[in-house]
Amino acid sequence: MHTLEPILAEHPFLKGLDPRHLDVLVGCASNVRFDEGAFVFRQGEEANTFYILREGKIAVEIFTPHRGAISIDTVGEGDVLGWSWLIPPYHWHFDARAVEPTRAIALDARCMRTKCESDHELGYELMKRFAQIIEQRLDATRWQLLDVYGVRS
Amino acid sequence: MSDVSTRGPDRVVLEPAAMQQLIDVLRSTGYQVHGPVLGNGAVVYDELSSVEQFPAGRGDQQQPGRYRLTVQEPAAWFGYTVAPQGWKRLFFPPATRLWRAERKGSGMTLVPEQEAPPALALIGVRACELAAIAMQDRVFMGGPFIDPAYKARRDKAFIVAVNCGRAGETCFCASMGTGPAVGGGFDIAMTELMSGGRHRFVAEAATGRGAAALAGLAGRPATTDDEREAAAVVAEAATHMGRAVHTEGLAASLMAHIEHPRWDQVGRRCLSCANCTLVCPTCFCATVEDETDLTGAHAARWKKWDSCFTLDFSYIHGGSVRPSPYARYRQWLIHKFSSWVDQFGTFGCVGCGRCITWCPVGIDVTEELQALEQEHPTATEDATA
Amino acid sequence: MFPDLFKVRQVRRETDDTFTLELGPVNGRGPFTFAAGQFNMLYVRGIGEVPISISGDPGQPGSLVHTTRAVGAVTNAMRALKKGDMIGVRGPFGIGWPVQEAEGRDVVVVAGGIGLAPLRPAICQLLARRDRVGKLVLLYGTRTPADILFRKELEAWRARLDFEVYVTVDRATAGWHGNVGVVTKLIPKAPFDPGRTLAMVCGPEIMMRFTALELEKRGVARQRIYLSMERNMKCGIGLCGHCQFGPGFICKDGPVYRYDAVKGLVSLREV
Repeated sequence: MHTLEPILAEHPFLKGLDPRHLDVLVGCASNVRFDEGAFVFRQGEEANTFYILREGKIAVEIFTPHRGAISIDTVGEGDVLGWSWLIPPYHWHFDARAVEPTRAIALDARCMRTKCESDHELGYELMKRFAQIIEQRLDATRWQLLDVYGVRS
Repeated sequence: MSDVSTRGPDRVVLEPAAMQQLIDVLRSTGYQVHGPVLGNGAVVYDELSSVEQFPAGRGDQQQPGRYRLTVQEPAAWFGYTVAPQGWKRLFFPPATRLWRAERKGSGMTLVPEQEAPPALALIGVRACELAAIAMQDRVFMGGPFIDPAYKARRDKAFIVAVNCGRAGETCFCASMGTGPAVGGGFDIAMTELMSGGRHRFVAEAATGRGAAALAGLAGRPATTDDEREAAAVVAEAATHMGRAVHTEGLAASLMAHIEHPRWDQVGRRCLSCANCTLVCPTCFCATVEDETDLTGAHAARWKKWDSCFTLDFSYIHGGSVRPSPYARYRQWLIHKFSSWVDQFGTFGCVGCGRCITWCPVGIDVTEELQALEQEHPTATEDATA
Repeated sequence: MFPDLFKVRQVRRETDDTFTLELGPVNGRGPFTFAAGQFNMLYVRGIGEVPISISGDPGQPGSLVHTTRAVGAVTNAMRALKKGDMIGVRGPFGIGWPVQEAEGRDVVVVAGGIGLAPLRPAICQLLARRDRVGKLVLLYGTRTPADILFRKELEAWRARLDFEVYVTVDRATAGWHGNVGVVTKLIPKAPFDPGRTLAMVCGPEIMMRFTALELEKRGVARQRIYLSMERNMKCGIGLCGHCQFGPGFICKDGPVYRYDAVKGLVSLREV
């Protein structure tokens, strides 16, 4: 397990995190890999894991009856996948599928939720980081909605 | 502007009959003579052949959104201030055909315009109008691309300037540095005198052909009394300007105040009717229109006057960049008093006051500029809290 | 100004609303030289004249190539032209991309939608003298996978070992396994050194605005970010007043501007 610590410490998402908080994360972490085409999680499933991506590419998808699976966002090296584990009722809202062979660190969400409840400082540090990610995704979504490349833009 | 009395020794005094002589000589040598006449309840510039057509004994009273002809004694020929439009339409016509495109097989041939432009003689050009012509010269002939149609008309033009003896109520040429005394850019300049019941003109030439024309007219050398009187007439006009623009630092402060709340206020008054741009002697915006006949075999391209106040003016795919009236008014005012300096080295306004007179809602640029120079608060304190 | 006549060699469909026009001179006139980023005023007889960016390789002046969207009367008429038809051309006009200033630097090209067309000549020039610049990166964002311009060429560029090409779409369609998201998302991770980077950005004005901000956030100096601006144009030669943008004219003082010179203007409304 201790080999994951340097990897986590270097990841942009966890930059500046106090070493004792990092230790907690390491305690909930494991190395995972996904083959191309493999599902990371499905819409509606319980959100019990979140992923810190090391290599590869994952598409966040929605399946529609007429158009099939549509990718609404892609994340890769240096990104984080999944925040529904933080927000009740802790269910995934979308599918996530690896479009390239992907390696990531999986963090046990149930473990993390318990630790954050008892250590609010850890909880706050994680919340701050996730708030930033959510803001970036929200901004990006709004810009995508603007359809700037459309004829009437 | 240089004092009339410090000019060279060529000043002469002309009788009214000499003016008719001048018009006759110009016409016989092929000039189309244009000058002030009465028309449509105003003094307008039009083609003329006789001094009888001058608006003798007529003046004008101009206010924001108001123009009235008046009757004046003694019956001077040039007692008005400025006509609704300047001389711009003679050098930069409202509509000009640029070229034709004729269908030829599966392609086309382009046919340039051959017709030679008329030789124009202008009588009665005011100091502000001379300055406006000089500004348009810089726009159309001073850059890397020269407008050949404009140049052809300008090169041939013969200009007789007349000093103002009276400042119009909407005039502010003094603060813009363009008048009331004429500066340069004329062939002959005159000051009309009416004292002692003797109607006469103190005239001088600034070019060779101006001097040649003067030499052929019945007149006598001017005395120092004549020159002093002419100078006094112009000085009178300079001291009675009803309006002024504070020009120091104006170009920079206008850009700095590009989000001033005053723009919204004037924007709500402005009708975007484009009158100001139509009467302005320096506005040069134009559009090009392509037309074709029903058979499609004959096409032509026209250049026509345009105005930044129209929605179409700033249209790019998807919509107009300036849909709101305040933005269009702002574009015009900032161009005239700020961007023009970056583009051409001077302000674009000559202080003729036409935009004030002919604005249907009486927007006064001098008032707007004064308001826009004031610092504005970024937020209003809520006194009710 | 009087147009020169050119003959249509080919009208090529790029996407649903975008096409490329290839022209050859009439009467054996010499090669048409231009700077990357310049534009021409193209005239379709009896319909009208519009400004269109030149999208061809400046190193191959034998053919005059433009790429544009069909959005109005003139561009739709252009799209319907046949080989051998004639078009009037005035130009080239405007200030182009700073290819010279880019020497010795890393170069990031950020294109949005049709914005890739006026950038293509700059890319061609940079690739022709590849050793003159450091890292070369293209970030290209467009609406959907079907709107990707110059697809084959993009794939060839990406296949090069010395050119990093990243493509993203605002919205994916089924079967798209590439990046999804706004083009600015590609900036934080793109492989260039911000301290020695020069950026060339072209696309819709909003896209250029948030791209410039994101580039600055990453540490690219605002004096080394260049945008290509667009306004209504009628004469192309600074006489009609239509293309005024702040104190200058886009036809003479642009369309390529350094970001520090226009940063204030692009964040204002209705300027």
